[in-house]
Amino acid sequence: MDYATLLQMLDTTLRLATPLLLACLAGLYSERAGIFDIGLEGKMLAAAMAAGAVAALTGSAWAGLLAGIGASLIFAAIHGIASITFRGNQLISGVALNFLASGMTVLIAQALFRQGGRTPPLTGDARFNPVILPGAEAMRDIPFVGPLYYEVISGHSVLVYMAFLIVPLTWWVLFRTRFGLRLRAVGENPAAVDTAGVSVVGLRFAAVAITGVLCGLAGAYMATALQAGFGREMTAGRGYIALAALIFAKWRPVAAMWACLLFGFFQALALRPDVVQAVVQVKVPVPFLDALPYILTVLVLAGFVGKAIPPRAGGEPYVKER
Amino acid sequence: MDRLPKWADVALVPLISLLLAAVISALVLLAIGQSPVEAFKVMVDGALGSPYGWGYTLYYATSFIFTGLAVTVAFHASLFNIGGEGQAQLGGLGVALVCLAFPWPHWTVALLAATAGAAVFGAAWAAIPAYLQAKRGSHIVITTIMFNYIAAALLVYLLVDVLRPAGQMDPASARFPEGAKLPALNDIPLFNLVFTKAVPANVTLFIALAMAVVVWALLWRTRLGYQIRAFGKSESAAKYAGINPVRITIIAMLISGALAGMMSINNVMGEAERLLQNSSEGAGFIGIAVALMGRNHPFGVVLAALLFGFLYQGGAELGLWTSIPIEMRIVVQGLVILFTGALDMMVRMLLGRIFGLFRSAKAIRSAGGAA
Repeated sequence: MDYATLLQMLDTTLRLATPLLLACLAGLYSERAGIFDIGLEGKMLAAAMAAGAVAALTGSAWAGLLAGIGASLIFAAIHGIASITFRGNQLISGVALNFLASGMTVLIAQALFRQGGRTPPLTGDARFNPVILPGAEAMRDIPFVGPLYYEVISGHSVLVYMAFLIVPLTWWVLFRTRFGLRLRAVGENPAAVDTAGVSVVGLRFAAVAITGVLCGLAGAYMATALQAGFGREMTAGRGYIALAALIFAKWRPVAAMWACLLFGFFQALALRPDVVQAVVQVKVPVPFLDALPYILTVLVLAGFVGKAIPPRAGGEPYVKER
Repeated sequence: MDRLPKWADVALVPLISLLLAAVISALVLLAIGQSPVEAFKVMVDGALGSPYGWGYTLYYATSFIFTGLAVTVAFHASLFNIGGEGQAQLGGLGVALVCLAFPWPHWTVALLAATAGAAVFGAAWAAIPAYLQAKRGSHIVITTIMFNYIAAALLVYLLVDVLRPAGQMDPASARFPEGAKLPALNDIPLFNLVFTKAVPANVTLFIALAMAVVVWALLWRTRLGYQIRAFGKSESAAKYAGINPVRITIIAMLISGALAGMMSINNVMGEAERLLQNSSEGAGFIGIAVALMGRNHPFGVVLAALLFGFLYQGGAELGLWTSIPIEMRIVVQGLVILFTGALDMMVRMLLGRIFGLFRSAKAIRSAGGAA
């Protein structure tokens, strides 16, 4: 594999890691507050459809983004009501919302556009177009560093940079603010938070809302930046891979970024059977490469995580009086 | 909160959940500019209006009984098996390998062997997530989801590169031999008086019903079933009572996977008569809704499977005769899971209130009578 191919692979890795990273950080807020969320997938899918549809109708990617966040927030609210207000099973609520999203997105897209459950292809301002970072053109000819900057770092949509900026922001919010301290506390020991006079329900709803916003970004990125429009089941399990990355990262933001880059790289590999074949010197069946991110996820979960200890009150509804 | 009477808990709660799901589904249909009344009519006509429709409804119900039971057994061990879909597809592979292995002399022999093949392959696919959960603490929900995707990829590979006969274009196995053909309901004496046209529902229906009884007996009449339920209720108490958590986790998942795999004798052997891509068509996921709706009891599972059989056949008819996309089925499925599984407490609180009102009214009346 030569340098140019490597750069291409890394470029694809960044593109593919972005939705994983946004969804993973989304899950981080929710799970740190003690609410399991396997409905990341559904929220992304709903957001992708809403973003694709609104961007197609208005011609503005930003309007699409807002719609995506809105759709994702609706799903987050249902999850919150089911698992916080009514103390339902959080896993089951997540599964239900995933199915709901899977069906509703096709239904709505079909009702709006009659194109077999897709949204129309997006062009121009209806998509988030690549941003050329300052100096990228000028540095292009500098050996080694220049192409790296031009090919890999520069030339992504604004959402990619946003996603990677949210990583330090999340770290700061969680570990350097009062809100973050309380958020983490409510995931470990909600009774203590309650005793201190802070609303457990309020904090958990806030966390679930942040999850909604971030999943909205992830879904909107899928439909208006990574691809040009919504297609049925377009998230293809990314919400679950993001969850695996979250466990792999032991619920820490910076580690989550590395985990998502790793999983993004796996997905990039699956897209380039020729590169994989050149490296391992054996013909690899394409379905195997398709399954590779999932297989590696299982391997990671099985062996290399070490002991991943989830937030202690995760999955447990909080009952005020005993 | 007031305690609900048992009959309300068993019958009323799921019925109200179902009603809520139906109301929201109707609203969804209205929102996309369709008539819910018209849609419901098409569904009832198509699924229940003729023996032919019933033949399909029962065919789908058969698959859902298996997958519903699969989820039920795992649920009792407090394990959430979302991998029914992958396990069913692997079960299909087992069925295909068995059926293609011999020119089977009679369907009864073939059925026995294929059932074993389906169960073994389904169980094997559940074994790895089970082991990882029991030994390494990898969460079963995530691993079983991953195994669904891996199963799909594995089957694409096998159907395109290995099992596909030379010269055939579509990715599917060869047709099964004549001897492996299961009698459909229209081939069975007495039943053929009702089912005069060829229907896909077949003898597997009776195996499914028998499995419901077996699962009931296993869970409530055997030592193993007791251990599974005890483990599901409280892992620490079970451990203290000398129940090995690793063993129970693995056994419960093996049974669950075997049941999910066994649905493939219905669709692969009984209907398609060859292995196709995505043979289970989501039935593995429906098992979750069926188990929740059926309150994790085999009897409830059979009823819920019938309901979803109706929904599936009805939904297919919608896709055929109206402009409502077939995905409406998935919406209803999601709503049923939401209301029966996650918002269960909401329905209970609501009912508890209502029963509370009745009770206090009665108390006031009797107090008034005494005075």
